[in-house]
Order: sequence, then structure tokens, then C-alpha cells
Amino acid sequence: MKSAVLARIAEAQRRRQPLLVVTRLGDGAQCLVDAERAEGDLSLSSAALAAAQGLLSSGCSMSIPGADGLFARAYVPSPRLLIVGAVHIAQVLAPMADAAGFEVIVIDPRGAFASAQRFPGVQLTDEWPDEALGRLGLDGATALVALSHDPKLDDPALELGLPSQVFYIGALGSRRTHEKRLERLRAAGLESLTGRIHSPIGLDLGGRSPAEIAVAILAEVIQVRHRGERT
Amino acid sequence: MHTDSDSLFETLRQWRAAGKPAALATVVSTWGSSPRPEGSHLAVDAAGHFVGSVSGGCIEGAVIDAAAQVMASGCAQLLEFGVSDEQAWQVGLACGGRVQVYVEPVE
Repeated sequence: MKSAVLARIAEAQRRRQPLLVVTRLGDGAQCLVDAERAEGDLSLSSAALAAAQGLLSSGCSMSIPGADGLFARAYVPSPRLLIVGAVHIAQVLAPMADAAGFEVIVIDPRGAFASAQRFPGVQLTDEWPDEALGRLGLDGATALVALSHDPKLDDPALELGLPSQVFYIGALGSRRTHEKRLERLRAAGLESLTGRIHSPIGLDLGGRSPAEIAVAILAEVIQVRHRGERT
Repeated sequence: MHTDSDSLFETLRQWRAAGKPAALATVVSTWGSSPRPEGSHLAVDAAGHFVGSVSGGCIEGAVIDAAAQVMASGCAQLLEFGVSDEQAWQVGLACGGRVQVYVEPVE
């Protein structure tokens, strides 16, 4: 693998853009493929290029069908977990989700909550949720959880998340809290989308401690990511 | 905060920036019950440090040995492990699957 290929993979991962590396296993010749074009030492037939580009959206890595000895490695955006509310549950959820392969960002404009001391090694932002989510983008590899218990923080995040591509939306709160939240979201014109919110949040594991709730939330996010929403 | 693949390429980049030889192994074919899917990566440096995985741990040793040869020769290798395979019997691909691993030098 040439250093230029390595650099392009790293750049695509940083920018959350899908990219394929196609390798001819016989001699190691490689090319980079994105939605627009292929570039590199290896030239692909138009059929092989089309087959390769078909893998960009699925994120599957595999030998290209019908092309002998061509292996396509798909690099797609890593799953990301955006946590609104730098609360106690977030303190345990962030490192757990990191270990499970998620890029984690904790959003809370209250400096006393979103401090590096409370969240060592965690990516933090003190922007308001609507600013942060607007900047970060809500793509199909992103999960959004609202944990602040404060409508001033949770509601703007949900209002942006509901009509977006995010694959999971969850909100912490009792059934009564959630009923009030649904009323506000209906008033904001989002009634048809409120069914997307997982509340009570997390799989029903029965735990009550912040760490146990964090496990339940992460388990549900992983389940929806791989199995889709249960209907 | 990084995911598996992100941090693997970051590690590779750091090794190369420090002038260390490195190799990248990739699962390119699987048959039966192999533990890691196609596209799984293992990165190795000249001292035998490694990140990532290409199996449940049963063939990593053999792949790291091959990576050292690849770094020395500059030539890629295509390795195959399976229960019917003498080498795999020795390294013990216990799951009963077969797997093909491409090991390439990183310039």
C-alpha cells in the first residue's frame, strides 16, 4: 500500500466520506474508488468499477464478482454517538460506546457539566445542541441520545434529530416526562415522527444505576444499528 | 476517541511517520464459520507490535510472522488457513472455517 493511499483512507475517515480501495491480489496494484471516479495504478473495467461503487453505500468489503482476484475494501463512516447532556449516565456511556467502536461526542452548554475533569479523554462541546448538531451533521451512521432531562437542551436536539437520517434516537425520562415532551414536539409540528424516539430509553435490563442504564442504552443502539427498528 | 478502523490507520500513519516498516493484513476471503469478516485488518510493525485482528486470535501469530517476511522483501503474500491445511492445523483455526489473508507492505 502506497503512502498516498494510506493518507487518503485516513482523510476519508476523518471527513466521514465513504471510500473503497480495490487491490489486485496477483500483483498488489491498487486504486481508490469513490462515487465519482477511480484513481491509482490499477485500472478497472467499467463493469468492475460499477460493482465496486455499488459497495460504497452498503459498506461491505468483498471480492468483486466476475473480476478475478480483485478485492474491494470499503471504508465507510464509523458509527457515531452524540450525547446531549453531560450527566452521570453520559460519564459511563461515553467510554463504553468508545470501546464498542463508536466515535462519541458529548454536547452540553453548561460548563460545570461538560468539563474535561468529569469526562477525561472524551470529545466535548459546550455549544447549544442545535448549534452542535448543525455543525456535526446528522447522517445515517449517527445515533442521538438526549439525556439532560432539561427541555431547553433535549427538545432542540430532538427537533433536529427527528427529521434527520440518524439511525437511532433515544430520550431519557419517565413516562410522564415523555408524555409532556411528546406534547411539545406535536406542537412543534413533529407528530408524525415522534414514534422514532426510544423512550423509555434502552433495552429493558432492569438495572437502575447509571452504569446499568448506560449498558441498556448502548445495547439498544447496537441492536437497532444491526437489526433495524422492531416494528 | 476512535473506532477500530480509524485508530488502526492512525497507528499505521504514526509508525510510518516515525520511519518504522509496517505491513497491513486483510481478510479477503472466508468460508464457513470464520470469526472475522472480509475486510478485517491487522497492522504490524517491524518489532512485531500489532493492532486489529484477522481471526479470533488463532492465526495472528502466523500472520505476524508472514508480515515480517513481507516487510523484509517488500513483496505481498496471500496466505490461506483452514482445517484441511497443515499450517492451519499447527496454528489451530479451531472454528472449522477457512480464511484467506492478504499481507502487503506499507510504503
